[in-house]
Amino acid sequence: MKRVVVTGMGCITPIGNSVSALRDSLYAGRTGIATFDPNFPGALSPDPGLRFRTTALVKDFDPKNPAHHLSSGVIAANDSSAQFGIVSARQAAAESGIVQHYDPSQIAIVTGCACGGRAADEDANRHLYTRNARIHPLAIVRCMSSGGASSISIELGVSGPVFNVATACASATHAIGLAFQMVRAGIAPAAITGGHEAALTFGFLRAWDSMRVVSPTACRPFSADRDGMTLGEGAAMLAIEPLDSALARGARIYAEIVGFGMTADAHHITQPQAEGAAEAMCRALADSNIEDPAPRVGYINAHGTGTPTNDAVEAAAIHLALGARAPHIPVSATKSLTGHSIGATGAIEAIATILALETGSLPHTAGVTTVDPTLNLDVIVNQPRPLSSGKDLALSNSLAFGGLNAVLAFRQYTSDTSRVLGAIP
Amino acid sequence: MEETMEDIQARVIELVANSKNLQPSDVHMDTTFDELQIDSLDKINLSFAVEEMFSIEIPDESLNSLKTVGDVVQGVERLCAAKPPGAAAS
Repeated sequence: MKRVVVTGMGCITPIGNSVSALRDSLYAGRTGIATFDPNFPGALSPDPGLRFRTTALVKDFDPKNPAHHLSSGVIAANDSSAQFGIVSARQAAAESGIVQHYDPSQIAIVTGCACGGRAADEDANRHLYTRNARIHPLAIVRCMSSGGASSISIELGVSGPVFNVATACASATHAIGLAFQMVRAGIAPAAITGGHEAALTFGFLRAWDSMRVVSPTACRPFSADRDGMTLGEGAAMLAIEPLDSALARGARIYAEIVGFGMTADAHHITQPQAEGAAEAMCRALADSNIEDPAPRVGYINAHGTGTPTNDAVEAAAIHLALGARAPHIPVSATKSLTGHSIGATGAIEAIATILALETGSLPHTAGVTTVDPTLNLDVIVNQPRPLSSGKDLALSNSLAFGGLNAVLAFRQYTSDTSRVLGAIP
Repeated sequence: MEETMEDIQARVIELVANSKNLQPSDVHMDTTFDELQIDSLDKINLSFAVEEMFSIEIPDESLNSLKTVGDVVQGVERLCAAKPPGAAAS
């Protein structure tokens, strides 16, 4: 079994269109949540009648801009969701150099995208149903949830195992976990993996509104007065490879992925159960093969949507998984800045978790008025907090509708990590 | 409103230029699709834009024979001329 490290990262998010921009916003607490324009194209009324007025949209993304440049053919064939994914993957690949170093015919690409080209689909259907218009000839490829994975492979010339995972809000975490397992087992020599999503159409917002789980203002995870989630969009990608070859070629190492756990609640399509999430956390830690890992957990990037139910159940899961240590482990929910980008959110939060370990500074949860005392968690609020000494592990939780739980475990990488810890059996 | 030949030529050239991120001045009647690296997907995409702009439908057999920008312009002229009176372009 190989040890697996992250050697490149890329992102397009509501708080920055590069990892350095994301890092700056994350630690400055700059939110990407803002009031949206209610004048959706084709909507019957300028007032959509929604209970909420905020989303977290990607800003300043122009596929024709030299910084993001995509060819006219790629723009035509891809919805903005896949476009975000392609640019993020290109950033991660460029930073890591893995496509040049490994055989591209063996490298894997595993993406998480739950909604596919929702905007393209809705656009086509709106024109069809309102004026019997023709459907754009590229509508099929724009709508495919695997379109991003395909376009990334074409863009990078990577022809190994390439596929997309669609498990709602856990898509990207499942994707990263599967790519991690493939590289660890030697099935692929390296991988580009993460998630992308851009589904904030009028129809999508109306559908979420009907569920009555979106905050009328902005999400405040773990706050006593939390009142729902805030929908977002974006993409994030990681370049991952074995530690030994990363060291041999002198690659920059951000962090090590040490474990992945997944479970299903097998209970309810929307109501989560703590046991399933707790078991996924336990499995991620056990998968690390680190002896007694729990005392080394210094940070949990929670799924933390800001709904009353999610945060209470997730807190219960953290207690179940980590027992008496749970109230003393720093927890934050970066969705308070980025919003909830569904299929991409696990990848954005993986980067936040990696940055926390790399910089030794744990991002805080924005917008919290008073931490809900019933949760009995050490929620990081107001400002980032240093990672405690002796703590080198962090978890990133994704808990999807339908009871699908996926958790990644990361370890801080320092120059002597490999020497001290040796190979994991 | 009936389109003049000059209108059709200018609008087709603009669509072709937009589809490849070019300036209209870079596109001429004798410019070939091969020169512009317009592949089969680009051609389908461009044809849809042309159909939408002129409210026409390009038959499959005509689509396959299009090799130059001038071919498109001439095809659009023929199809526009064959439109029933009163059919409007978008």
